[in-house]
Amino acid sequence: MKRTFSFLLPLSLAAVVSLFVLSCDDDDPGTTTPTENGKLRIAFSNKMGSKDLKLGTETYVNQAGEPFTVSKLNYFISNIKLIKTDGSNFVVPQDSSYFLIREANEASQLVTINNVPAGEYSGIEFTIGVDSLRSVSDISKRKGILDKDSGPTNEEAMYWDWNPGYIFLKLEGNSDSATSANGKFYYHIGGFGGLTEKTLNNIRTTKIDFGSQKAKVTDTAVPEIHLNADILRVFNGPTTLSIKANTSVMYSPISKNIADNYVSMFSLDQIDAN
Amino acid sequence: MKKVVFLFGLMIFLSQVMNSCGGKSDNPEPGPSGNTPTPLQWTKPAYFPDPVYDLSKNPLTVEGVELGRFLFYDGILSRTDKIGCGTCHQQVAAFTHHGHDVSHGVDDQLGTRNAPSVQNMAWNTSFFWDGGVHDMDMVPPVPIQNEVEMGERVGNVIEKLRKTPVAGAAKQVNYPKMFKAAFGTDEINADRMMKALSQFMMTIVSATSKYDYFLKGDASALTAQEKAGMTLFKQKCASCHSSELFTDFSFRNNGLIPNKINDQGRYAITLNEADRLKFKVPSLRNVGLTAPYMHDGRFTTLQEVLDHYANDQNSGKDSIYISPTLDPLLNVAGQKRGIALSNAEKQSIIAFLRTLNDDQLMNDKRFSDPGVGTSF
Repeated sequence: MKRTFSFLLPLSLAAVVSLFVLSCDDDDPGTTTPTENGKLRIAFSNKMGSKDLKLGTETYVNQAGEPFTVSKLNYFISNIKLIKTDGSNFVVPQDSSYFLIREANEASQLVTINNVPAGEYSGIEFTIGVDSLRSVSDISKRKGILDKDSGPTNEEAMYWDWNPGYIFLKLEGNSDSATSANGKFYYHIGGFGGLTEKTLNNIRTTKIDFGSQKAKVTDTAVPEIHLNADILRVFNGPTTLSIKANTSVMYSPISKNIADNYVSMFSLDQIDAN
Repeated sequence: MKKVVFLFGLMIFLSQVMNSCGGKSDNPEPGPSGNTPTPLQWTKPAYFPDPVYDLSKNPLTVEGVELGRFLFYDGILSRTDKIGCGTCHQQVAAFTHHGHDVSHGVDDQLGTRNAPSVQNMAWNTSFFWDGGVHDMDMVPPVPIQNEVEMGERVGNVIEKLRKTPVAGAAKQVNYPKMFKAAFGTDEINADRMMKALSQFMMTIVSATSKYDYFLKGDASALTAQEKAGMTLFKQKCASCHSSELFTDFSFRNNGLIPNKINDQGRYAITLNEADRLKFKVPSLRNVGLTAPYMHDGRFTTLQEVLDHYANDQNSGKDSIYISPTLDPLLNVAGQKRGIALSNAEKQSIIAFLRTLNDDQLMNDKRFSDPGVGTSF
């Protein structure tokens, strides 16, 4: 534990110092804050194949041929990097780069990135889940959506206390194929790689190229990038996930296959220039 | 050190700069004239190793420890407002649940493992039988949010604490006031709650047993049989139950037959085949008071424990269960499996183990229920 804190210490000091420095921007001519304070938004739209995901009501069929409904879908998005057309990157400051997308909470599906340098962006990269450093940091450094003890992360139980770490993706629903007593299936996928020894690592990153479309950020234009998340990919991918064979997957080796399935669930729908 | 002083100076400087440029002054720390919490000196017993818990990030105060004691015993931490930490970690049983093989929680539900002792927590490199948790501040949410233990959400506990004192409650506790005394403002959040609990747990140090008096130079503190037991213990048991904390903090498979739920122990954390059926080597301090024994409380007496290790338990039948991860110390080629122990040797070792009972700690009012707890 000591070791962990010793490498986190410089980071936290830097964060504290930068906080003070930023509060004095107006008086300080030496500041390096970009003058172009643009913004962009990312709208996540959860799908089942080509259909919009609807909780509870609609029945979907996976590749294994099993009909099911969905009662809960949450996933973490973090460490967002925006790729410019000139090949350079804008890495969103880490403290402002954690989001919990919840199907039952519409507001959570629209993410706003502030202080984006003006320019033309041609792609985006992000982590599905939470990076390992935050997964082991002191609780005082886990504010906002990372606060495992209060707020949405606690209410949605997106954290394992007994083997500490965030649950990256949670999908629950009902299916006649489920072998559980209540007919529900549970997929809670997490695992950041371990603190003292190497363990299950289900942190995945995805990169989406906007192709011919571009997101142009200026002082006034706030582009909105619409991403689709095809949740059927949880079941359908390199591994065909069967609800009957795996009604409940949490911290177990097969979760790796599920992470490898859903890593490709995101795609670009369109970009609104606004 | 110079560097730290420099950084500290820099931060003070910057905070002044911030105030000078119109930053809102909402510094939560009380000024020198305010009711500053009283620092509490924590000293480790000289023959203990350095603690693992980093006190610099959570300096102990009289008020912080007192708040932690109330939180530790208060059933408000559970969904039913009845089960506190102290329900399953009772002082009289060295902060374990006497007579309970597995944990007993809300609505009479049962867990799967035996409640470990809350003592000498400062030295633990990991917590729980499988070592899943590495930071004492992260320990309390595990039982609080376990559905069969306290069955509550931490966020909800915070809400309940903020609403105290509750009109008509049998015991009036004003948590906003206690948080203010401990932390300078009456804000209640999870960070503060966990730090107060850690402060209290830090103070529960067992180092005043008969054995400790012997260590400190009182040769007459142990009888001849207890001394003989100590010698045997050092030969036969101390490779795992090492140091004055009586554990090497490792995870080992001590040859127990897997239980009905086939609890795989450490494997559930690491998913490493080599960790199957391994559980943390517990400290043996106060072991005479913490029955029943093993991760699932399957043995009720120390005699049964030693019979297991000596592989004499089931008269003729092997008590040591063979599996690929069985600890090599219990499976030496060319010998009967287990640890060779005669009956007289077992009695001496048990006599020695009882000298680790710390009656002073069991009776220390500083660690007692302030009147908010429930025990059953």
